[in-house]
Amino acid sequence: MLTLPATIPFLGWTWNDLLFLVLAGGLLGSALFVVLGRNIIHSGLWLVVGFLMLAGLYALLGAPLLAGAQVLVYIGAISVLILFAIMLTQSKAGPARLVFHHQAWAAALAALGLGLLLVIVVGATAWPLADGSAQPQTSANVASALFDDFVLPLEIVGVLLLAAVIGGVFLAKKDDARESDSDI
Amino acid sequence: MSNTLDAYLVLSGLLFSLGMFGFLARRNAIAMLMCIELMLNAVNLAIVAFGAFLPPLRDSAAVIALLVMAVAAAEATVGLAIVIAIYRNRRTPLVDEYSQMRE
Repeated sequence: MLTLPATIPFLGWTWNDLLFLVLAGGLLGSALFVVLGRNIIHSGLWLVVGFLMLAGLYALLGAPLLAGAQVLVYIGAISVLILFAIMLTQSKAGPARLVFHHQAWAAALAALGLGLLLVIVVGATAWPLADGSAQPQTSANVASALFDDFVLPLEIVGVLLLAAVIGGVFLAKKDDARESDSDI
Repeated sequence: MSNTLDAYLVLSGLLFSLGMFGFLARRNAIAMLMCIELMLNAVNLAIVAFGAFLPPLRDSAAVIALLVMAVAAAEATVGLAIVIAIYRNRRTPLVDEYSQMRE
């Protein structure tokens, strides 16, 4: 039986540290590919990788229920929806010649400023009880919170999802009166 | 490193600013929607991290993260439907060619 040492040799990290670094690096790397990629289908596929890394981070944080929900909702539903929409709106000319707006430098400056601001604020704030390892949660507690304290938001979200489905069908439906002259 | 709240919050902040850059800079409407998903995921990561490290918030954070996921799914549905509806009229997914709304 092979047993792992408690910490990684020569580095002194715990295995969770290594896992966190790999997942965080993978998440930021795939997000970079999503944002900067020229081919939008590749961007969509990198988005799936990013969602998977995020599910791993949730599991590392002791929230396996959320990790499962992340895989189901994001990878299973939203990514597929996005990939479908990409393929429906892909023009025959292929990827656009210009991926970014001309004002992208301003956006880069704003994003850089926001990132720096967030990092500085996080570093400067002393969070209460911030030192201590992640507490695992049980799905029984989550369920009792969901159906006890948060039952009204749950119902509202259900109505919202119904409205979104109906609205999505209505918006994407072919409008016969307007579409009579253009062939789709 | 993996057991400090700061590491997760910094990661979440970086992911959010990356998504914001993409949202502001990309020309493709679907790429903008993907960047919105990135930003929502960054916020969700922050919520889950707070829940994991602050025991009084633990269950509420999980519930709120689940609700955010549901709202993100609704947002993706409506957003993509709007993009497809516009594409059907304008034949392009590039937002800077949607100039008719300005006139």
